[in-house]
Formats: sequence, structure tokens, C-alpha cells
Amino acid sequence: MRALRDVAVLTGRNLMHIRREPLQLSDVTVQPVLFTLLFVYVFGSGVVLPGGGTYVEFAVAGLLALNLTTSSMGTAVGLSTDLNGGVIDRFRTLPMWKPSVLVGRSLADLLTAVLCSTIVAVTGYAIGWRPENGFVSMLAGFGVFLLFTYALCWACACLGILSKGPESAQGIGLVILFPLAMVSNALVPTQHMPAVLQTITEWNPVSAVTAAARDLFGNPNPSATIDAWPMQHPVVASLLWSVAILAVFAPLATLLYRRRTTD
Amino acid sequence: MASLPTGKDAVIEAHGLVKRFGETVALDGLSLAAPAGSILGVLGPNGAGKTTAVRVLTTLTIPDGGTARVAGHDVVRDPAAVQRAIGVTAQDATLDEVLTGRQNLTMIGRLGGLRRADAKARAKELLERFDLVDAGDRLLREYSGGMRRRLDLAAGLVTRPPVLFLDEPTTGLDPTSRVRMWGVIRELVADGATLLLTTQYLDEADELADRIVVVDHGRAIADGTAAELKAQTPGARLEVTLTQPNAGAPGALAPFVAGGVDLSHDGRRLRAPVTSGAGLATTVVRALDAAGIAVDDVQVHAPSLDDVFFALTGHASETLEAAA
Repeated sequence: MRALRDVAVLTGRNLMHIRREPLQLSDVTVQPVLFTLLFVYVFGSGVVLPGGGTYVEFAVAGLLALNLTTSSMGTAVGLSTDLNGGVIDRFRTLPMWKPSVLVGRSLADLLTAVLCSTIVAVTGYAIGWRPENGFVSMLAGFGVFLLFTYALCWACACLGILSKGPESAQGIGLVILFPLAMVSNALVPTQHMPAVLQTITEWNPVSAVTAAARDLFGNPNPSATIDAWPMQHPVVASLLWSVAILAVFAPLATLLYRRRTTD
Repeated sequence: MASLPTGKDAVIEAHGLVKRFGETVALDGLSLAAPAGSILGVLGPNGAGKTTAVRVLTTLTIPDGGTARVAGHDVVRDPAAVQRAIGVTAQDATLDEVLTGRQNLTMIGRLGGLRRADAKARAKELLERFDLVDAGDRLLREYSGGMRRRLDLAAGLVTRPPVLFLDEPTTGLDPTSRVRMWGVIRELVADGATLLLTTQYLDEADELADRIVVVDHGRAIADGTAAELKAQTPGARLEVTLTQPNAGAPGALAPFVAGGVDLSHDGRRLRAPVTSGAGLATTVVRALDAAGIAVDDVQVHAPSLDDVFFALTGHASETLEAAA
């Protein structure tokens, strides 16, 4: 009970922060709209999908992948800001459940991801994207994304704890997360990439998650013709990836946090 | 050194605390104790180990050696029990910049175990008590230094803890805010709290503390009431200002003083320690007059805590250095 309440209090606190920090807020509101329009109208005009379909139908799942993956940097930045400020010492002298600092952060970022994906979906819908497999299947598609984002938040939490400050957390986060999102099937079909890149994209968790969502949305999924196991079983692969990332990074973040806050 | 109160009596007690940070020895066998319902002043210059001591006692720092108990619980073995009994006002603001004052206090109340309605009511009450009602709904980053310190103190009081730690609560405050803060601190003890207060201001320790521990280089070098500490210094100090410099003046003063006579650069001011100040001014003026030396001013100073500090540590306190 105690732990649940502490987590709820800190989740609320972090959401309040996001509301008040214009930069963080624009990352999950303005940026998704901008990216969606830019990619669909600028890149989309030059992309021909193997197997057919329009680019906007193909792109929405990819844009979810891009926005959600990069927005998980917020976890690293937020946690690093807390750890480098005085408020963490206040938390440490209170009789609260200590890991609630991490759990509250990850839940706030998960809720932010829900907002971000809603904005991408609404923008997509406005310019012609349609989920074709029904409501439940569409929700499952979003669920796959949100689980992956939540797992990624714990990896980013480790980065935030290890980094020297919010700026360096952001810098390092960008270098890791942008390639992770881009070297995948998210925004272009992978069939014409160089062989090495093709192998990387086939095993990139972002590709599995994106392919899974495309299947669940009933959108064009050119990766379905690729032989690699994750591309043949994208839903199972993305769930496995998410669980594996969580299983490694959630305990690691807890350990690193305890080490960082012991002196 | 006076004996420490121990056993059931002490609500805050530390024995032989040691803490090293790399090569630096922050605490070097520090012992202290505060009986229930009292204010213990921990007095020392910057870098003496005061903040480290507070961090150990508030479970933030694990000591390399020694033991400490707060409200009957060991700070290392049972930090959660200690945390339930304490309120902390740290030297650096430990509040959330992006929340309002009210939200900060409510959040701390909730995390401290109050129910939502109670936490809100308590926040309102504290904002009123610390004259922050108007600023209550502004973000903390818009607060002035004085407002921030008041909110920081309020934050330590949210859960009505029986034991309070205030780390340099008036550092950086203007004189008016400082005196106001003193009033607030006195009220806390009147409410029955036990309080440990660190300060580098001797007048503050003198003003507030029931007992004072003087800390230097990570250890307690003296302990007692302000009066007891003052009684440990050799005695009073004589200061004479002459109308003209006079080479015979030190010799004329010699029979009345208890040590060497210190002469100022311009040769007009003489200072010397004395054993007793009673009737001394009259005697000194007569003797100098008899030697044909004209006197502008004679002062006999009773020992201050500054003198105590100087006598104990061999170096002046911050306030003395600032005045010099």
C-alpha cells in the first residue's frame, strides 16, 4: 500500500513537471505532429513499397516507433535532473519506498508515451491512415509499442543514473536512440539497404515492434517477406525483446540507483 | 571536555563517528549528544565536518566508523525507523524547483505518510505560519533566498517529527530574516521537539542552543553550555586607545595585565589579556595619567564565544575573520 501510494505521488509529480517544461512537452506533442507530416509528405513521396500500399498507411507504425523510442530519452534526462538536484536528498530522508523514485518516473513516462502515440495516431488518421483489423487488434498494436517503450524507459533510467548531468544524458541518449530508431524498418522498406544494414534491421527490436504493429493494424508490412525469424514472428519477437530488456535493465537501474544514492 | 549526556536521556547521540572521502577526513571521531527537548548547537567553521555529521545522523551518509542513534534507532541498521522520527532542513535547498511551494509541502506530507487531506491541510497551515501564503502557489524557482529557506524549514516540519536537524538554517539570510528564523526555531523546541542545529555563527549558537559542541577538523573540541564554554577562556581583554602614540605606555600597563601587550600599527591602540576586569578601567586611566599619557578610550571586554573559539581552535571564527 505504502509503495503504491509513494509511486502514485511521484508519478503525479513527474507528470506535473512535463506539463510545466515546454521543451519536454513539445517533445511529445509538437514533435510527433511535425515528424508525421514531414515524413509522410517529404519522404513518402519518394518511397515505393514492395507489395504495394500507400506510404501513410505504412508510416504511422514507423512514426510511432520513431517518436516513442526517442521520447524515452525523457526518462534519462528527468532522472539525471533529479539526481543532480537537491530534491533526491529530501526523498532519501523521507520514510518512503525508495524505488518509487524509479517506478514513478517510468510510469509518468509511460503515460506521456500514451499521449504521444495518441497524437501520432490522430495526426495519421487526419491524413489518411486507417487501422484495418478492428478496434481490439489496433489496441494490441499500441500495447506492443507501449510495452516496448516502458522497457526502453528502464534502459534509459540506467543511462540517466550513470550520466554526469541532464545535458550529457540527452547527448548520449540521442546518439543511441536515433540510430536504434532509424536503422530499422520503421520509415523505409529495408529490401534495398546494404546487406550489413539489412541484417541489423532484421534483428533490431524496433523493427520487430514496428512489424508487429503493422500486422496488428492491418497496414502494409513489407518485412513480412523477409526470412529472418523476428520478421516472421514479429509479435512474439517484440514481446520477447520487451521482456528481456525489462528483465535486464529494471534490476540494473535499481542497483545503480541504490549505488548512486549511497555515500 | 564536559561529559556527554548518554543512555535513555539522549535523543540524538553519536559516538566516535569517522567518515573519509578519499584523502579527506570529514569526521575524525566525532561524538555528541542532545537530550530530549533541547537544542544542540554544532558550531564550527566551514569544512569542520558539520554537514557530514548531519548527513550521517539523517541516514544520508554511511559512516566509516563509530555509531549514531536517533530517537533510539541506529542510523545504519534501521534507517527507516530514523526517517520516521526526523525532519531535515539541509543547507542546500532540497525541494522541487518545478513545483509550487504548496505542492512541495503536500508531496512531502504524502511521502511522509500523511493522508491526502491531512497533507493539504498541513501545507496550508505551514504556509501561513511561515508567511508564504501569497507565494504558496508560485513555482519554487521564482522564490527569493529567504522564502526558499523558510519553505525548506517548513518542509522539515510537515510530518511533525519529534527530532529536527537544521543545517545552517540562517546562512545567507539578511539580519531581519535571521532574527525571525530564530523566533521560529525557539517555538519548535517550545513544542517539545529535540533539535540539532549547525551554525558557523557564534552569536546564533549563543542565542539558541542549550548546549554547544564546538567542532573543528571533524572532531568535537569542546562541549558545554555557552556559559561553561566562556568560563574556559582565560579571562577578559583590555583595549586602550591613546591620544598620541607613547613608547612608555606598554610598560605602564604591564603591572595590570596577564600577558604581553599588543601594540597596533599606528602605536595608539594597545590590547592585552587580563585576569579580572573589576575596577580595571579606573586603575588603568590613573596609572597612564600618572605617567603623563593621555587616554582617548578604555574598554574591558568580557570573553565572547569568538574568544572561546579562538582559544580552542587557534584560528578565528568566520565572523571574526569577516570583521578583521
